Amino acid sequence: MTQAQATRHPRGASEPLLSVRDLRVTFQRQGDAAFKAVDGVSFDVRPGQTVGLVGESGCGKSVTSLAIMGLLPERGNTVEGKAVFDGEDLLTLSPSAMRDRRGAEIAMIFQDPLSSLNPVITIGRQVTEVMERHQGLSRKQATPKARDLLERVGIPDPKARLVNYPHQLSGGMRQRALIAMALACNPRLLIADEPTTALDVTIQAQILALLKELVVDTGTALVMITHDLGVVAGLCDEVNVLYGGKVVERGGRHGLFKRPRHPYTVGLLNSIPRLDAPLGEKLDPVPGSVADNLPWASACAFAPRCSQVVDACTSHTPEWEGDHVVGHRCFNPMGGTP
Amino acid sequence: MIRFVVRRLLQMCVVVLVLSMLVFAWLRSLPGGPVSAILGERQTPERRAALEAALGLDQPLPVQYLKFLERALQGNFGVSTKVLPGEDALQVFLDRLPATIELSFVAMVLAIALGIPLGYLAARRRGSVIDNGAVIFSLVGIAVPVFFTAFLLKYFFAVEWNLLPVSGRQSTGLDATRITGMFVLDGILTREWDAAWDAIKHLILPAVALATIPFAVIFRITRAAVLDVLDEDYVRTAEAKGLTTRVIRARHVLRNAMLPVVTTIGLQIGGLLAGAVLTETVFSFRGVGDALATAFRDKDYPVLQVLILAAAVIYVLVNLLVDIAYAVIDPRIRTR
Repeated sequence: MTQAQATRHPRGASEPLLSVRDLRVTFQRQGDAAFKAVDGVSFDVRPGQTVGLVGESGCGKSVTSLAIMGLLPERGNTVEGKAVFDGEDLLTLSPSAMRDRRGAEIAMIFQDPLSSLNPVITIGRQVTEVMERHQGLSRKQATPKARDLLERVGIPDPKARLVNYPHQLSGGMRQRALIAMALACNPRLLIADEPTTALDVTIQAQILALLKELVVDTGTALVMITHDLGVVAGLCDEVNVLYGGKVVERGGRHGLFKRPRHPYTVGLLNSIPRLDAPLGEKLDPVPGSVADNLPWASACAFAPRCSQVVDACTSHTPEWEGDHVVGHRCFNPMGGTP
Repeated sequence: MIRFVVRRLLQMCVVVLVLSMLVFAWLRSLPGGPVSAILGERQTPERRAALEAALGLDQPLPVQYLKFLERALQGNFGVSTKVLPGEDALQVFLDRLPATIELSFVAMVLAIALGIPLGYLAARRRGSVIDNGAVIFSLVGIAVPVFFTAFLLKYFFAVEWNLLPVSGRQSTGLDATRITGMFVLDGILTREWDAAWDAIKHLILPAVALATIPFAVIFRITRAAVLDVLDEDYVRTAEAKGLTTRVIRARHVLRNAMLPVVTTIGLQIGGLLAGAVLTETVFSFRGVGDALATAFRDKDYPVLQVLILAAAVIYVLVNLLVDIAYAVIDPRIRTR
């Protein structure tokens, strides 16, 4: 219990639990040019902290999480850099050592709860198998624990649900079941990859509330991957905004929302629909798409879509201004250069 | 589940009834006809008319059909004219059935026991030598006609290298006791090991020939299904749980991949009779397929009717079994 209490007040804790340094993931398919999905991403997650990775589709946020988990397909991918978890670089661990940690110390929640659950295995079995694997329990011993887990994530009548199959549960229940599986072995780090994207809005709010509650209760650190800044505002202590495989801005939740520096962050904030906006007011999306990106090697990838573009943006790579807590990557940030 | 099975059995009765009409009409529309078959082509019109009247062939087709149906429901399908002259047609089928069951069973076991593991292995090692080799081998299996495979096997293994018997189901002069009509099983049941071993040796080549196409199809479907399942999100979830490779393969991949494979196996069992006609003919293996070929050649209408209807019934029954197997594997179908 002392460890949980220690991690319950994590703000002062200094040693990062997970420290990602200069992570690079390159996809190389036969005959195609290499594609840098993740291009030098660094960030820290301290015990008990909730860190957001935010960006639109294709910015590399999911690939970052899969690389940390060692879940990228072996073929055609090169992963470089470091992901130090508890003193060990996860990227250099043997597959079997990584297997021992996955599900036990680092767990993951996926985006689409229906396709992420095995359709022909009962919910109960899918929860117990994690405990059988990592805690050496028999199926019989693990079953009551699975029931408790389902109850804890707010699934009504958990005993009956144990023998149900995924298709017999609603979308929200399925996501809760996935969360139960992730929590089964009390992981120290939880990675949630767009856990609410496939759900309708009321259920989204419930799931987020549940995650928030669980993070506080268990002291688990959480990496929240999302495209939705609304999710970030409600949940994250620290936010990393990704664009084109690089972190373009980082900051505490309050700072980032109050005084965003990178034009892309501003664009993301502006594209959130507001209930109190006058009826008929147009949304303000970020123009263009990731297909317009310039190569980072000789420019700012975001330049073609940027409202603040200056000459340097198309001829030089913007360097990181800041540290591992706050910073941005922009020649002409909002609010002027400090 | 029981309601499901009963409903499917009732549906099956309708299917068989409709099939019996089609088979009846089709056989009547074949050139020649029973009279020529029995009397030969050179007969006086008077004698032909007399036989037609005696057989009831002068009556309208629907009346003939109803009479046929009435007798058939009592198990009377008429008397064989050529395959085993004088013998009850249904009895001809029942006598030949054990041989074909034995042959088909061994062929299917071979096809499944090789097809599924190889298909799985090929999918896991996609693009490897094993994968490419097995894919080419299966392509050959599908492309080469069964009778040609059968002849090749017979030529090399039986004639050239003299390793296995050329034809038949058991060596003549072997005094074996018959119980089920499946010679290998009989040998085992009666502990006549020499008879069983002899029957096995006779079974190998026909079974391998008959197994080639089902093997190739099962292999390809398994390979494709496993490749599909490996890409599924739930396999990634299983990986994220840190489960061992063995558990992921057996519990998460194989079971889901088996769904299309089970359907394929069912269809292949249904299609075995077509292969059995060719294989049994090449190896003079006295089963249903051999009887069907003989009955066609010699226009033995009663036997043809029995055999075709029986094939249809078996096909429908196998389909029912496939549906049941499906429901066992996939809970989404069970609760529907």
